[in-house]
Amino acid sequence: MHIVVLIKQVVATTNVKLDPQTGTMIRDGVESILNPFDEYAVEEALRIKEKLGGKVTVLTMGPPQAKEIIRKAIGMGVDEGILLSDRALAGSDTWATSYTLAQALRKIGDYGLILTGKQAVDGDTAQVGPEIAACLDLPMIAWVRKIEEVSPEKIRAERLMEDGYDVLESPLPALLSVVKEINEPRLESLKGKMRAKKYEPQTWTVADLPGFDLAQVGLKGSPTRVVKTFTPQRQYHSEMIGGSPKEAASALYKKVVDLNIIH
Amino acid sequence: MSVENSQDVWIYAEQRDGHLHSVALELLGAGRKLADDLGQKLVAVLLGHNLKPLTKELIAHGADKVFYLDSPAFAKFADEPYAQALTDLARAHKPAIILGGATAVGRSFIPRVAANLQTGMTADCTALAIDPEKKVLLGTRPAYGGNIMATIVCAEKRPQMATVRHKVMKALERNEARQGEVIEQQMAEKDLTWRAKVINTVKEVEETCNLAEADIIVTGGRGIGSKENFQLVRDLAAAIGGAVGASRAVVDAGWVPYSHQVGQTGKTVCPKIYFALGVSGAIQHLAGMQSSDIIIAVNSNPDAEIFKVATYGIVGDVNEVVPELIQHFRNRG
Ligand SMILES: Cc1cc2nc3c(=O)[nH]c(=O)nc-3n(C[C@H](O)[C@H](O)[C@H](O)COP(=O)(O)OP(=O)(O)OC[C@H]3O[C@@H](n4cnc5c(N)ncnc54)[C@H](O)[C@@H]3O)c2cc1C
Ligand SMILES: Nc1ncnc2c1ncn2[C@@H]1O[C@H](COP(=O)(O)O)[C@@H](O)[C@H]1O
Repeated sequence: MHIVVLIKQVVATTNVKLDPQTGTMIRDGVESILNPFDEYAVEEALRIKEKLGGKVTVLTMGPPQAKEIIRKAIGMGVDEGILLSDRALAGSDTWATSYTLAQALRKIGDYGLILTGKQAVDGDTAQVGPEIAACLDLPMIAWVRKIEEVSPEKIRAERLMEDGYDVLESPLPALLSVVKEINEPRLESLKGKMRAKKYEPQTWTVADLPGFDLAQVGLKGSPTRVVKTFTPQRQYHSEMIGGSPKEAASALYKKVVDLNIIH
Repeated sequence: MSVENSQDVWIYAEQRDGHLHSVALELLGAGRKLADDLGQKLVAVLLGHNLKPLTKELIAHGADKVFYLDSPAFAKFADEPYAQALTDLARAHKPAIILGGATAVGRSFIPRVAANLQTGMTADCTALAIDPEKKVLLGTRPAYGGNIMATIVCAEKRPQMATVRHKVMKALERNEARQGEVIEQQMAEKDLTWRAKVINTVKEVEETCNLAEADIIVTGGRGIGSKENFQLVRDLAAAIGGAVGASRAVVDAGWVPYSHQVGQTGKTVCPKIYFALGVSGAIQHLAGMQSSDIIIAVNSNPDAEIFKVATYGIVGDVNEVVPELIQHFRNRG
């Protein structure tokens, strides 16, 4: 089976700040990483391949430096990587991104399973998976925390819900998005790292995608637009409660009871 | 769809196992204001099987109109039939806005509807408003793990779609006197595409309380010290009727299952009271809980980040403070 994993390069979120003057993101010294959720997707693809054989390809849409995350995936053991990179795609929102990735998946053609992360930790939207499933008219199982069974024809997986989980069964091809609980990603192997060092991914531009509609992508083709960004300003009125542990606990207890929330 | 001939504010009225999700009522509260600002109708869309009585609830909570689509295919949530039904309904009636809850269900199938309709969508909004001049929806949402807020518009495509975070919007008072129209439609299973199917539903009963719904959450961090000692957190939660949360450090250590993790890579919660016990307050943890109404932190390190967002803070050892607290709550009779 051919498994395609969609991966995205994101900035490590811990140190993202807005320039108070310009309102734009400060990118200096900010590290770029493979979206953590996509790492689980790569790991799961490798495990399925170990069971069923076949091939794992990672696909990413991004600037040329996104090759770094393809190399990381190669280091983990995936077979091939494709970088989809074109100036025309700059500023694409989730619809435009999904449309483009769906076109690239059409070109790949022989996929049996598409895996994505739950969400990319930059935008935190979690929309690209379902939107691609719509574009390609594929069944989808979101928030997968466990794949119970998989064969070249069908898959049974657990979907994490707020109050437990649902078990779903679907014919393949299908698209699944995975959550952290699904596995523990492996480290890059020495052999993998050696291969990654020299690896040159295939690079596609939109000209490589048959029937591509440029009007759907980029800043112009994106239905949504960010009109304002700001740093959240929440006023926290912190009150420290002092005294011995006994006194502090007793004072806190009274405050909590006074809130009238606990019955 | 074009801007000119689209109108009305729709909300997707989520139900699970035949019970309305509280986010549906919150969406009616938020949607009522948007519809009034636009001078248009507020419409609820309910998908389910044998749920007619719920249509009354939706009207009592603010809907002018309810589309109720009944099919055995809607008994359990599956992306394809749900997305197909909402897509077809939107194509037929051309709403200006469609809102859904940013829940496991809403975030799974509503983007699929947006793509079917080739329109834009904003995920997980925490504020909604109508631009007074342009009459477009302004959706504000956190990004980059809550470090940045962004306001997003979808100016030229319709419908304008968004999911909205649970427990942020306020529901209206229930009012039985409210009037509204119910439009019911039966759909046969064979009329719906259906490949990925739910074959089983499992409720995870460990510490039954559902984190996303809970009004009170007691979270333990690495400062609790050990898997055994985590019982302190469970005991306090039990004494006050709260749900048990955990930081990622605790989940990674295997003290509690992942379903309890709060934060950027866990659950986003918004309870009335959030206890953070031995939690340092890393940005990824804050991303999941900082909009809680009241935050109470106990930490031995006076410089812990968690105190910056805390309403009440105690600098101290959880092993000394928490048992005292448990005693107080247990003794309340
Ligand atoms: C991409 C990414 C995503 C992440 N997602 C999440 C997420 O979803 N949720 C999450 O929680 N984290 C997440 N993290 C991890 C996060 O960065 C922190 O590592 C984690 O939250 C720390 O957990 P903690 O506060 O329990 O542990 P620590 O940071 O180790 O803090 C323990 C605290 O306990 C205090 N303490 C110690 N002993 C005592 C005592 N006896 N009494 C009182 N206090 C005591 C210490 O002073 C300290 O402040 C993520 C990280 C990354 C990189
Ligand atoms: N530019 C991209 N290239 C490849 N995959 C992507 C891209 N953007 C999003 N994805 C995939 O879609 C998932 C959800 O992303 P998002 O909707 O941006 O939160 C990610 O975890 C990736 O698997």
